[in-house]
Amino acid sequence: MARKSRVFSTDLIIFNIIGYVLLFILALICILPFYLIIVGSFTAEQEIIRYGFSLFPSKYSIEGYKLCLKNPASILRAYGNTTFVTVVGTTIALFITTMTGYVLQRRDFPWRNHFSFFFFFTTLFNGGLVPWYLLCVRYLGFKNNMMALILPMIFSVWNMIISKTFMRSIPDAITESAKLDGANDFYIYVRLILPLSVPLIATIGLFTALAYWNDWYNCMLFIDNEDMFTLQYYLQRVLGSVDALRRVAEKSGLDVGQLPMESMKMAMTIITTGPIILLYPFVQRYFVKGLTIGAVKG
Amino acid sequence: MGHKSKPFFRIIRENKVLLLMLLPAVVYIIVFAYIPMGGLVLAFKNYRYADGIWGSPWVGLTNFRFLLISGKLWPITRNTILYNLAFIIVGMIFQIGFAIILSEISGKYFKKITQSSMFLPHFISWVVVAAIMYNIFNQRGVVNNILTSLGYDRINIYNEPGVWPYLLVAVKTWKGVGYGSVVYLAAITAIDQQLYEAADIDGANIWQKIVHITIPSLIPTIMIMLLLALGGIFRGDFGLFYQLIRNNAKLLPYTDIIDTFVFRSLMSTSDIGMSAAAGFYQSIVCFFTITIANYLVKRVEPDYALY
Repeated sequence: MARKSRVFSTDLIIFNIIGYVLLFILALICILPFYLIIVGSFTAEQEIIRYGFSLFPSKYSIEGYKLCLKNPASILRAYGNTTFVTVVGTTIALFITTMTGYVLQRRDFPWRNHFSFFFFFTTLFNGGLVPWYLLCVRYLGFKNNMMALILPMIFSVWNMIISKTFMRSIPDAITESAKLDGANDFYIYVRLILPLSVPLIATIGLFTALAYWNDWYNCMLFIDNEDMFTLQYYLQRVLGSVDALRRVAEKSGLDVGQLPMESMKMAMTIITTGPIILLYPFVQRYFVKGLTIGAVKG
Repeated sequence: MGHKSKPFFRIIRENKVLLLMLLPAVVYIIVFAYIPMGGLVLAFKNYRYADGIWGSPWVGLTNFRFLLISGKLWPITRNTILYNLAFIIVGMIFQIGFAIILSEISGKYFKKITQSSMFLPHFISWVVVAAIMYNIFNQRGVVNNILTSLGYDRINIYNEPGVWPYLLVAVKTWKGVGYGSVVYLAAITAIDQQLYEAADIDGANIWQKIVHITIPSLIPTIMIMLLLALGGIFRGDFGLFYQLIRNNAKLLPYTDIIDTFVFRSLMSTSDIGMSAAAGFYQSIVCFFTITIANYLVKRVEPDYALY
């Protein structure tokens, strides 16, 4: 990206120095909070009570984690739920979204502009939370139903538009010659177009998977059965509610007063968001790449 | 475009498979987007659970009157707009600045590492952000530790509404820099290198190049991002405001936005009418702002229009 100006003139050096300093500070501000949480989760509770959270605690301990994992059933269930919802949701979402994008970019489809507007209009106007919520709960039976966690995010107009744009770059000739050979549209889409759309699938797949994994909103709205909680909502409960903390305490058999509450909160945070942080280095360049492609068009 | 002469059913027959392929998305949109639009009438009804949406009686503008009388309409509107404006302006400054610096400095590894670091906050949920806030700002957190070691009193931000506008803008910017800067980075890479080479020949230094080439070339992108963001000015980031504030009544006057207001009113069932009215108000206003924004974008740079 940087031009290879090998001439190290003064202004360039000054610019680089300022740039490095600024970027370093910014990057530090971005990373430091994570460091604090990780360190906090490994700090002994007594240390926290006396000296507070610090960058370099003197007493380490894994009591926070021990408390969280004393009765791992609920966390494991949350992991299971989240994984299920993410895998199923992302797969179906990818399929539907890219398929719709493919149809709408077919120039020989007479109604493609009508349908495009049909989808696009929903980005201009919507009914808001109240009708949507009542519809889901009262008429669709979303209360305590796994579908409530999967369906709301199963299709996104934005991702569909990105798919449409991407697939337009696939030559029409492929579709045309396949049709001449007698293939039907669905076959063309599955066997010919999809294999050519791997970057698209990777990008949208990652975005969708991230959205599903991090979703707490749908869980909060529709689920009150503890066995069906997903990770982020589980964390939300633990962080926000004294009752939830107490319940964890009771399951561990310890007296609430003796509990490493603070480090437990931090440990729970790490446990629920750990996979994302761990996977991050591996997937982040796909994100940047995908965003760049998407950024070039809208 | 259309062969208006082709009969309707013929088109269906000829495009059977394509239409079937559209079906899942169409059903989804009808169910989750268009049908709820019909539910907007709830703003004009006194919803009673037993009667359902259609059976509940009409009450005209009563819900809106309650909304006005409650005195909440203006604060939540003001908060929504002002916060969004702040998010947009501060966010863009950081995102554009970061993009420009990143594209001009040398050092491949440093650039990769900083970009990766700045992208990280995007990957966590607002729940985790709330945990981070708590960790940093609670009575035993880093901020208070530093304050006490410098001789100041501890502060409890959860009791101090005045700091939250700054806090929220900072957090939102923090979370969005990496993600938001990509658009500008892409635009910068698209700038014709010859412009820079010509500037080099003319003896321009790096600052001049940025001010006279990079920034002017970014103006279309900036304008579009600005317009699109302004279009959504009546829609708030629910996750941010809900997770960081939760139900802290002391902070609400400074931090309640339309979205969180609608949510909270909805969840206490006696206020469905008022929350429906607020939601209706938001949907209508948003429609106008977004449509105008899209129209303006089309005027400025037709390629970038979404439709």
